[in-house]
Amino acid sequence: MTGITALHLARAQFAFTISFHFIFPAFSIGLASYLAVLEVLWLKTGKNVYDNLYRYWVKIFAIVFAMGVVSGIVMSYQFGTNWAVFSDKAGPIVGPLMAYEVLSAFFLEAGFLGVMLFGINKVGPKLHFLATCMVAAGTLLSATWILAANSWMQTPAGWMTNEVGQFVPQGSWLAIIFNPSFPYRFVHTVIAAYLTTSLVVGAVGAWHLLRDRANPGARTMFSMAMWMAAIVAPIQILAGDTQGLNTQEFQPAKVMAMEGHFDSYASGAPLVLLGIPDEENRRMTYSVEIPKLSSLILAHDLNAPLAGLDTIPRRDWPPVAIIFWSFRVMVALGFAILGLGLLSLLARIRGKLYEWTLLHRIAVMMGPAGFIAVIAGWVTTEVGRQPFTVYHALRTADSVSPIAGPAVTGSLLAFVVVYLGTFVSGALYLVKLMAKPPSLHEPLPEALPIRTAGITPASFIDAGGGE
Amino acid sequence: MHVDLTTVWAGIIVFAIVMYVVMDGFDLGIGILFTKFRVGADRDTAMNAIAPVWDGNETWLVLGGGGLMAAFPLAYAIILPAVYAPITAMLLGLVFRGVAFEFRWRDANHRARWDAGFCVGSIVATFAQGVTLGALLQGIKIGARAYAGGYWDWLTPFSVLTGASLVTGYGLLGSCWLIWKTSGAVNAEARRLAKALTPGMLAAIGAVSIYTPFLSDKYYETWFTWPGICALGVMPVAVAAIGLLLYRRILKGRDFLPFALALSLFGLSLLGLGISMWPDIIPGRLSIWSAAAPPSSQIFMLVGACILIPLILGYTTWAYWVFRGKVAAEGYH
Repeated sequence: MTGITALHLARAQFAFTISFHFIFPAFSIGLASYLAVLEVLWLKTGKNVYDNLYRYWVKIFAIVFAMGVVSGIVMSYQFGTNWAVFSDKAGPIVGPLMAYEVLSAFFLEAGFLGVMLFGINKVGPKLHFLATCMVAAGTLLSATWILAANSWMQTPAGWMTNEVGQFVPQGSWLAIIFNPSFPYRFVHTVIAAYLTTSLVVGAVGAWHLLRDRANPGARTMFSMAMWMAAIVAPIQILAGDTQGLNTQEFQPAKVMAMEGHFDSYASGAPLVLLGIPDEENRRMTYSVEIPKLSSLILAHDLNAPLAGLDTIPRRDWPPVAIIFWSFRVMVALGFAILGLGLLSLLARIRGKLYEWTLLHRIAVMMGPAGFIAVIAGWVTTEVGRQPFTVYHALRTADSVSPIAGPAVTGSLLAFVVVYLGTFVSGALYLVKLMAKPPSLHEPLPEALPIRTAGITPASFIDAGGGE
Repeated sequence: MHVDLTTVWAGIIVFAIVMYVVMDGFDLGIGILFTKFRVGADRDTAMNAIAPVWDGNETWLVLGGGGLMAAFPLAYAIILPAVYAPITAMLLGLVFRGVAFEFRWRDANHRARWDAGFCVGSIVATFAQGVTLGALLQGIKIGARAYAGGYWDWLTPFSVLTGASLVTGYGLLGSCWLIWKTSGAVNAEARRLAKALTPGMLAAIGAVSIYTPFLSDKYYETWFTWPGICALGVMPVAVAAIGLLLYRRILKGRDFLPFALALSLFGLSLLGLGISMWPDIIPGRLSIWSAAAPPSSQIFMLVGACILIPLILGYTTWAYWVFRGKVAAEGYH
């Protein structure tokens, strides 16, 4: 054995393409809702600042959305190219959920996106607002269906095996959609997307406040983002905790790996803060622990007994070290976001929200934190499902396509090269757009080359005032 | 032929593929021809003719893939590994052209590079789609519920022919769309391109049609025995008539007509394809019934499809209606 097999390569390809992909929906789910909020505020108050912020962020949204779409098309075919056996077996259940995602969400987004981006002067503000709301609703519907599919793979319910070995529905589809982990995962993921977006918006606002604290656009977006962080971060920590308890019930091995518990504890398991998991010798090394705290968190009782990985057959273990660390990254960032939110409340109380440069610097640094936390969270839950694709029903090793190593290597390399080339350029363009301060007369997205050439700006305001 | 859930689902998948070809065909075609247009206002106009709709158009491709997995999981699981390389190339081509779309507006210094990316991405994606079709038509080796061939099996003279044919065909659709949606210099250039591409399209249809019956005995029998022989008599005449009309009306006549005629050529080609393949999903190896998902999955999705597809068609029509009329370099105003 050379060590690296076609299976490893297929997994690497999936991990690479899905991680890249998810960065964009994590941002566009939050941004679409934020745009809807900005537009409704503009329609209600008539304040120019909301309208300008809408135009400022909608240009960024267009790029993020496009990158999300094209990287998403890849996903819808990769189940077949690299995971053919999984597709054959799980297709009758996972397939319809994804088909519903396309029919109800993707078309809704796509159908109204054109009007949202280019149609303000064609349809008037009310219909345009409807288009924004439809796009935002589409992003949430899409999250619903794809998370139902993912959650079913984590905690399969309502299924049986047919005579050719496929997983098929048994009884109601509601049992499949509302499988045990779906509600928790949905809440946790959508809030994560909102927080991720608010951190980016907050960082951009802070960046421009550091240069010009009188910029009205920068002030408004910073304030809105900091409210979001302050209110939603604690909710997210709570949501994460309940998802953890749900995971403990249905996928105990995942939680054991997250906690670094190789051994069972008869009474009062310690919380391992840090350490290096040694899977071979089945123990934590150099660990820093707080006695009994893990029992308190997971069982709400200091002296509760807690089972460890020693109760799970070795062949069913997920890779402990990856999950142990990715989980810690996510949690640490979650608390850092909470800290930022609390700091902003303090600044508000002192009346220094727009003047406190230290807060602004911290907010700028925290700009990418949401993305890192989201990816770390997904690594935890997906790697934690291993060694299965459908938990305790289909092993990852038995899910892969009959494609030889060289072909998978070739496609993996091609994906890496093209993704790095295109999406890194995209990220640079986004940063460039964000580095420009929001002005009083933000141009519309379609018109960039023309407007900068100095032709009269299209009048978003006039279109609204003309009613 | 009796209608059951499986035939209904086959119909829906075919509908998604037809919608995809009709809608994304022209915007890929504009990408294929993109570098033929002059840098500056002309290219901006060509781009603006598809900017508000390309995303919706591409969604039909996702429905094709997702729908195939949902309704015919076994076919999805066999076909995609069989066309591993072309599918990967198609996806990467689509990534390239999709981002080039946005990026060219953001980065004037590298616009030429993104324009080239838009063009190359469109050509690669289209060629790969054609190759995939050819690979499916020429037959795929299957074992026990899995693909059993090698990873170069898709590459044959026939699949290269179908790839090149699709590039020609989408190019024709793209140029005809521009005849409809633009005016001035872009319109004139589009007419010139359409005129050059029409004979190519007819030659491509002819070559693929002549080649196909000799790929397998099944195709030969379908086309050269009753009742297929009737279609064999009618189709070439219809294709030639439409092709001739298209060729003569490109320079004069109503602006939407070339697009409608080019679409009818595609319609006839797809009909011919359907006659060749029916009732198999992998020709000669796997029928739609052996590949079908269980009825519980089919019914669950059918409920959604019956409600949602009319809605989708409704608001898609509305979006096209909002952006009706000719476009200019400044986009839609």
